[in-house]
Amino acid sequence: MKKNLKLIIFLIFLIFCFIIFYKGLNKPNTYTPKNNAEKNLPIFKSEDFFTNTPIESKKVFGEKSYYIVNIWASWCVPCRKEHSLLMELNKNQSIKLIGLNYKDNLGNAKKFIDELGNPYMQILIDKDGTLAVEFGAYGVPETFLIDKNKKIIKKFVGPLNRGIVEEIKSIIK
Amino acid sequence: MKTLRIFLIIFLSIGFSQLESSEKNDELKNKILKNIRCLICQGQSVYDSESDFASSIKLIVNKKIKDGMSEDQVYEFLRERYGDWIIYDPQLNKNTYVLWLLPLLLFLVGGAIMRKKIIFKK
Amino acid sequence: MLANQIGYYSLILGLIFSIYLCVIAVKDFNNKIKKLNPNIITLSFLQLTFVIISFLSLIMSFIKSDFSNETVFNNSHTTKPLFYKIAGTWGNHEGSLLLWLLVLTLFIFLFLIKSREQPKKYRISTLLFQQLIIIGFFLFVLMTSNPFNYLFPIPSEGLGLNPILQDPALAIHPPLLYLGYVGSSIIFSASLAAVTQNYISKEWGQHIKKWVLISWVFLTIGIMLGSIWAYYELGWGGFWFWDPVENVSLMPWLTLTALLHCILVLEKRGALTSWVVILSITTFTLSMCGTFLVRSGILNSVHTFANDPARGIFILIFLFILIFLSLGIFFLFNKENNRDTNNFFWLSKESSILVNNWFMMYFLSVVLIGTVYPIFLDVISTEKISVGPPFYHKLITPFLAPFLLFMAFGPKLKWIKSKIENKSLLIIFLVISVTLTFLILKNITTDLLFYTILISAAFFLFFTTSKELFFKKFNNISQAIAHFGFSLFILSILFNGILSSEITTNIKVGERYNYKDGEIFFEKIEEKSQSNFNSIIGYFKVTNDKGKVVELNPEIRFYNQPIIITSEADIRTTLLEDRFLVMNIVKGNEFFNIRYQVKPFMLWIWISVLIISLGGLMSVSKKKI
Repeated sequence: MKKNLKLIIFLIFLIFCFIIFYKGLNKPNTYTPKNNAEKNLPIFKSEDFFTNTPIESKKVFGEKSYYIVNIWASWCVPCRKEHSLLMELNKNQSIKLIGLNYKDNLGNAKKFIDELGNPYMQILIDKDGTLAVEFGAYGVPETFLIDKNKKIIKKFVGPLNRGIVEEIKSIIK
Repeated sequence: MKTLRIFLIIFLSIGFSQLESSEKNDELKNKILKNIRCLICQGQSVYDSESDFASSIKLIVNKKIKDGMSEDQVYEFLRERYGDWIIYDPQLNKNTYVLWLLPLLLFLVGGAIMRKKIIFKK
Repeated sequence: MLANQIGYYSLILGLIFSIYLCVIAVKDFNNKIKKLNPNIITLSFLQLTFVIISFLSLIMSFIKSDFSNETVFNNSHTTKPLFYKIAGTWGNHEGSLLLWLLVLTLFIFLFLIKSREQPKKYRISTLLFQQLIIIGFFLFVLMTSNPFNYLFPIPSEGLGLNPILQDPALAIHPPLLYLGYVGSSIIFSASLAAVTQNYISKEWGQHIKKWVLISWVFLTIGIMLGSIWAYYELGWGGFWFWDPVENVSLMPWLTLTALLHCILVLEKRGALTSWVVILSITTFTLSMCGTFLVRSGILNSVHTFANDPARGIFILIFLFILIFLSLGIFFLFNKENNRDTNNFFWLSKESSILVNNWFMMYFLSVVLIGTVYPIFLDVISTEKISVGPPFYHKLITPFLAPFLLFMAFGPKLKWIKSKIENKSLLIIFLVISVTLTFLILKNITTDLLFYTILISAAFFLFFTTSKELFFKKFNNISQAIAHFGFSLFILSILFNGILSSEITTNIKVGERYNYKDGEIFFEKIEEKSQSNFNSIIGYFKVTNDKGKVVELNPEIRFYNQPIIITSEADIRTTLLEDRFLVMNIVKGNEFFNIRYQVKPFMLWIWISVLIISLGGLMSVSKKKI
């Protein structure tokens, strides 16, 4: 009787393991920014892209509005593709776009903006990538949505697409 | 002359203590970097990786250590931004009790089985 | 192209013969003839032959860079050197599965011809269980991982093999590892067969021991080669990262080592019969489980093959079928021994082997739980955590010291009942160990208590096994060699860990960098071209505080297919230490980032593992128990 009990317990345990492994197969094994938890905006100091003057995070996110922080670089190919979507978002009055120029050469970055247009209310310089880390970014391109209470409520790794833009628009209504 | 000598000694000792503390900082930095996962690599630590992400993390860890952050504070800083996934040493929290305690529990169970099998009296 | 067809149809024929072999075997099982039907051995040889033909066909396709074959296209390139074209055959998922089949069919054939004096029903049962695994793998290959898929239109060039995999150590690492890892299949099959035949006995223990040893020796060397590759190739100076794929090869090693020790008890005393069966089943199960974890894409690792959940599902189901089957057989057929035979006197060799198993199972649970827990947590709660080296170090190192001590005492004990002889000598060794350790360590480390305990235990094992080796009659030399090797292994790792030093800095050509113990001079760089890469070689002269100069020439390689930049470390190895220098480009700058490490006793880590394997090998060739 005791032996049978052990067997049954062991069988149940095995079936449990099987189910876990089976479900585990369908999950991506790399980082998935499942960060649906709200995060506080980091406090930082940076420089303005055009004027090179130092600027503090308080000033950048001064108004009570939705903000988008978009990390981009002139050498980043997907950034070119998502740029038109950023221009589109910029037309929306309830959202302000802040750009983060990541590990870039200033001349090339300026050419990028000249060529494709400037959707940003302000652009900050992140020469060594440390500012992106303050935001919890993985690389470039990456976009953060910040709500009126200065909390980061969404993170989008990789270039924006139509679906993400619609999602953003529905949130900021 | 004497004041010059004293000045030199003070200057040099400050210099040396900088060297020593920078060595300690280096050791601490390496220890921390080995414990951070490079999030865009497949299974490498930031210490081992030369990727963009790893370079940025290395710089920021360096900065935080110079600012005087302790090892735990650096980990907390990164965890706030990236989640527990980024640190290789799993913290002991409600998610990881089983992880840390199950092997020890099994060891004790093994010990109990052993006790039953081993005869101690002559 | 012809090789493609031959290879594919060979596999089909192999499968057909496998099934036919089962039919003949079942028939022979039920008839009354005492001798095994010789056709069975012939068929098993044919099965093996077809797998060999298939394997050779794939090698031919790689050598000829036949890109009409999808596997060759995905993993090779015309400019690859010939040696790596050949090694590329098994360096990918599909090809390595052919290697699985090769070892599976080879081992059953060898088993059949080397077990002629064993009972017929036992041999056939072993064959049938092994065939189950073989047929499963044939199906796996043919249904999900065919190495002979046809590509049309035929590409003119392949995608190439990741250059960090183009290394001699890595080329022979899979074959040797598989001989151990996959070779444990025969132990699995034989144990299940023996259980159904009620044949778990001293005679069976003696017979199966050599298979356990062979599998164990190959597994040990295979794992070592993987570590050596990681050390030379991955450029960070480490040799074990507790990466999931590494753990997955370590787990069967732990159970196999435990099994090895239990077989001794089975052989000598006829005890621990159930536990031996459980260990045999567990070892191969862990091998299969490892295959699942590594090839299904469920884990994140630097070693993983290309990931495909469909393959994962097949292996998962296959794995659980094997587990349920073996569980069923164990519960149905296993006969518990007489209660008394499994109780041992505390001061006896049997007990010390039980203690070994106790610790081994603990180490196994640490590695297993550490590796799979993140999966469980992710599925149950969608939280993602990482389990890395700190976890394993914290849970394993405290248990190492007692483990080493038990290793020192265990072999000295006799069977059934013993006393400790030469108590005074042992106490002297203990005192010497602790004193020696303390004197060495007091100036070089801050964790004095912790390391003193650990290293004294290792020294104690070292002295006791040295005495066995050099001052005693050779009555159990293989065990003494293996344990001696292990003590050396632990000592090398510990001292290497404590005494290693490293400097990281940015440096330009022509610059000199001064550090605490000396100077690094970056003399010049040279450019070089090879068939599949261009490289920059840095010429460095490193001077230490004694004025000795060593030249190190790390390389940065720019491969053309696939386009990858790798850093090749230059390592000067001497008996005493390794000097390790690796150079990396810093984007957008004219200086380089270098990492210089001094790693004492690195070579001894590899030598000690070889010594351990040597002990195992010597045990295989021994005639007596």
